[in-house]
Amino acid sequence: MLNTLGEILASDQVGFPVLSLMIFIPLAAAVLISLMKDEKQIKQIALGATVLSFVLSLIPLILFQNGTSDIQFAERYAWIAPLGISYHVGVDGVSILLVVLTTFLAILTLGFSWKGINKYFKQYIICLLVLETTVIGVFCALDLFLFFLLWEIMLIPMYFLIKTWGGQRRDYASLKFVLYTLLGSVLMLVGFVILYLNHYAATGIYSFDFLDLLKAPISRTKQMWIFTLIFFGFAFKVPMFPFHTWLPDAHVEAPTTGSVLLAGVLLKMGTYGFVRFSLPLLPEASLYFMPLMSILGVIGIIYGALLALAQNDMKKLIAYSSISHLGFVILGIFALNANGIQGGMIQMINHGISTSGLFFVVGFLYNRRHTREISEYGGLAKQVPILAGFYLVITLSSLAFPGTNGFVGELLILIGAMENSWQLAAPAFIGVLLAGAYLLWLYQRLMMGELNNPKNKNLLDLDRIEIGICTALVVVILWMGIYPFPFLKMMDGSIQFITDRLDTSAAALTENSLPGISSKLVFKK
Amino acid sequence: MEAVESIVPVLAVFLSMLAAGVVLKFDKTPNIRDGISVGAGVLTFFTVISMAPAVLAGTTFKYTLFTFVPGLEIAFMADALGLIFATVASFLWIITSCYSIGYMRTAKEKNQTRFSSCFAVSVSSALAIAFSGNLLTLFIFYEILSFATFPLVNHKGTQTSFEGAKKYMIYLFGTSKTFFLAALIITYNIAGTLDFAPGGLFAGQGSPMILTVTYVLFIAGIAKAGIMPFHAWLPAAMVAPTPVSALLHAVAVVKVGVFSVLRIIFHVFGVDLMQSLNLGIPTAYFVSFTIITASIYALTRDNLKARLAYSTVSQLSYIILGAALLTPNSMTGSVIHIANHAFSKITLFFCAGSIYVATHKIKISELNGIGRKMPWTMTAFAIGTLSMIGVPPAAGFITKWYLALGAIEAGEILILFVLLTSTVLNAAYFVPIIYKAFFHKPENRAADAEGNYGIHHDDIQEAPYFVVVPLVVTATLSLLIGLFPSYFLALAKGVIQ
Repeated sequence: MLNTLGEILASDQVGFPVLSLMIFIPLAAAVLISLMKDEKQIKQIALGATVLSFVLSLIPLILFQNGTSDIQFAERYAWIAPLGISYHVGVDGVSILLVVLTTFLAILTLGFSWKGINKYFKQYIICLLVLETTVIGVFCALDLFLFFLLWEIMLIPMYFLIKTWGGQRRDYASLKFVLYTLLGSVLMLVGFVILYLNHYAATGIYSFDFLDLLKAPISRTKQMWIFTLIFFGFAFKVPMFPFHTWLPDAHVEAPTTGSVLLAGVLLKMGTYGFVRFSLPLLPEASLYFMPLMSILGVIGIIYGALLALAQNDMKKLIAYSSISHLGFVILGIFALNANGIQGGMIQMINHGISTSGLFFVVGFLYNRRHTREISEYGGLAKQVPILAGFYLVITLSSLAFPGTNGFVGELLILIGAMENSWQLAAPAFIGVLLAGAYLLWLYQRLMMGELNNPKNKNLLDLDRIEIGICTALVVVILWMGIYPFPFLKMMDGSIQFITDRLDTSAAALTENSLPGISSKLVFKK
Repeated sequence: MEAVESIVPVLAVFLSMLAAGVVLKFDKTPNIRDGISVGAGVLTFFTVISMAPAVLAGTTFKYTLFTFVPGLEIAFMADALGLIFATVASFLWIITSCYSIGYMRTAKEKNQTRFSSCFAVSVSSALAIAFSGNLLTLFIFYEILSFATFPLVNHKGTQTSFEGAKKYMIYLFGTSKTFFLAALIITYNIAGTLDFAPGGLFAGQGSPMILTVTYVLFIAGIAKAGIMPFHAWLPAAMVAPTPVSALLHAVAVVKVGVFSVLRIIFHVFGVDLMQSLNLGIPTAYFVSFTIITASIYALTRDNLKARLAYSTVSQLSYIILGAALLTPNSMTGSVIHIANHAFSKITLFFCAGSIYVATHKIKISELNGIGRKMPWTMTAFAIGTLSMIGVPPAAGFITKWYLALGAIEAGEILILFVLLTSTVLNAAYFVPIIYKAFFHKPENRAADAEGNYGIHHDDIQEAPYFVVVPLVVTATLSLLIGLFPSYFLALAKGVIQ
């Protein structure tokens, strides 16, 4: 029975549009909520929509066919046919886990918002739901136009989240966030248009469809240009050094849920973009830019870590740690081999889980004390033991302790990077060490020692909803840490496809031995 | 050598890990809790020893638990080297559990349940390391061990203990996260596997330059072995309660360090590769520095546990020295010293703890005449020191005998001098303690403002039975394994083949 259901659901052009439902249910709920006044009803509808969306996202996860790079659960309808724009969504090994991560974190952020939002509750929930729709949409979109559209729409709810419910410098931070991202995405759009025109030149058909674009050959010069242009779009989003300055501001000023979604999934859109578009569409350019990208990744790792060490504000510290962690992801992806890409992809998920967890912990403390200064805390472990326990596991996950999910990703990334070039991988180990330093030091300053500040004497431990949030995260952390095999297996097919394409162009490069590409850069298995 | 699929090694790890969870349930009933610790120790020990006959006959037990990441497994393996370490660790866990009952209750330590639980996790990780089938498994449990021992070192929760524990963490985590992990990844990239194999896993791959760098990274990454300059965590960790210092910082943790180094030398690089890369003798000279310097440090320490800690640093390097000389005799000496040092050093720590619970003294200069009041403790202490110095028939003699033979075999006469010098130094820092304890007159002194306890020798009594009996047992055993070393020698033979 399951088989037939699976076949129906997994076939191209399905009768049952599971992805579309998953994408648009939160949006529909947002529309419905906008018509309502009662806060309790709003909560119920929002919760119902996010849970339904999560359950729907489990269907492709469970029925996912391993070992193939085919797009599964695809839906494709012509949209603006003359321009070759279609509504095309689907999942494969690259996106499936990110989709589930998004729907999963959406439930947790909603749980966190259950109380403590003291103004414009309705609008706040609407923002969260619209944000969810756009992010899932970005991860599912296989039409570049649709991708870009959702990518841009996503800015609106995020802007309002920071602007309306943010901290003291929220005006500055929200504007900076939007301007930086817009700057990047305009350049990215130009890149997409060149891809689109190239396809037309090669085949005489207009198409923004990713699968069509894959078939059209792209000359080396064009690849360089397109890579550079869409690089800006993704690099601002990741953010990669030196395009990262908006991130600490946005994180610090955003409300906790904003930070969680920003760190958990929005940043992943950048790294996802590299894996989804840059590597398969532009393999020659990826090989060419590999050293530069790896170097930027390594700089991000070390620079982010050093800045994290210097912070007095917990949220800023975690924001900089994100820069460092995403540096690892970039390093892994641009190792351009199976281990590195796989490590980078699994680390996106891991970072989504562990950094969200850290932001939740900061949020719990902030809700109680309304300060983010590290020096205001200290010795909390005795006062709030449950919080301290969960926070410890999350910290360990974030610093890649063996047995937690972070270790798996980090190990694969380092193996991949080392296979690629030990000179680039070696500095990353300093980053590994620094991650331990700033995270454990933060834990020490917040939780250990004596409880000296009298304001912390009456701090309450976690309530039931908060325990639920933490438990969900810790279960995932340990599951992915102890038995990551099923997760990695899902990615294999897509990674095989990407590395094959890279291999082919690497082989072509060595044959022609083009100037500017030294033999060292050529991809090796 | 035949390999057999068997879950027994995993069982030993699992039993002790289970105990960690179960003791938490019995927080309110200390007798049941401590009974479970001892019981789990006994069960674990018998599980370990049940593999001995087959392993002595040349069998290796293997079990792959699951695939962690494609190509990398969590795998366990019980061979001769692993079994030596596991036997020692699981047996001494039983003894230490009994000792802890006496020590922790007499010293009125807080959080005893957390203590027992973390203790069980530590022993379990040590066993997992002993039975690791590949470097990845070893690394994972190596890190878990560092982490599980942190609350034990910081048990008192004071500023001093926290500083000590912090240093402990920084040294162990810092080195393993940077150097050990790097070495592991380079190894995987060169060899494509991390499975331990007799004779090494590289199988002729990798350039000498890279292999040498990898080796150096391994040695630097395994700070638990206490090789200078990465030894300072060990004296710092002495702020822990004595059972922790005894089992973990004389047996489990530090032996995990040297055990890992031996695995690297024997089963990652292999003796032949070590010789062809010419790594053995430089390592031997490098650790010789630690042997001598740590002994000199020990001479200058008045705190009894600190002196024992530096003595441990020095003795650990004996084990590495023996392995690094790469001759059959020196390797035998190295492998059996894992057991010999364990039994003797745990005796010494037990005695230090016994003195502390009975008199609250921690300084050597305050021990005048204590042997007359605590005859059992100090006699056991004397036996332990004899073994450390290497006087027959105590266990330490066997080690030194084989090491000396090995040094001659290798043609390194300087190493022989190192051994002799260190023996003299061992005697120099241990014998005065015995002499003071038995031959000096006791001094009576009132408590002073600096916080020194008053000494009234008439009040001093021997420590409780739960403290004294374990230390008598380990002292007796360190004589017995000196007189009848056949079990460990047979296993050592299995390692060298």
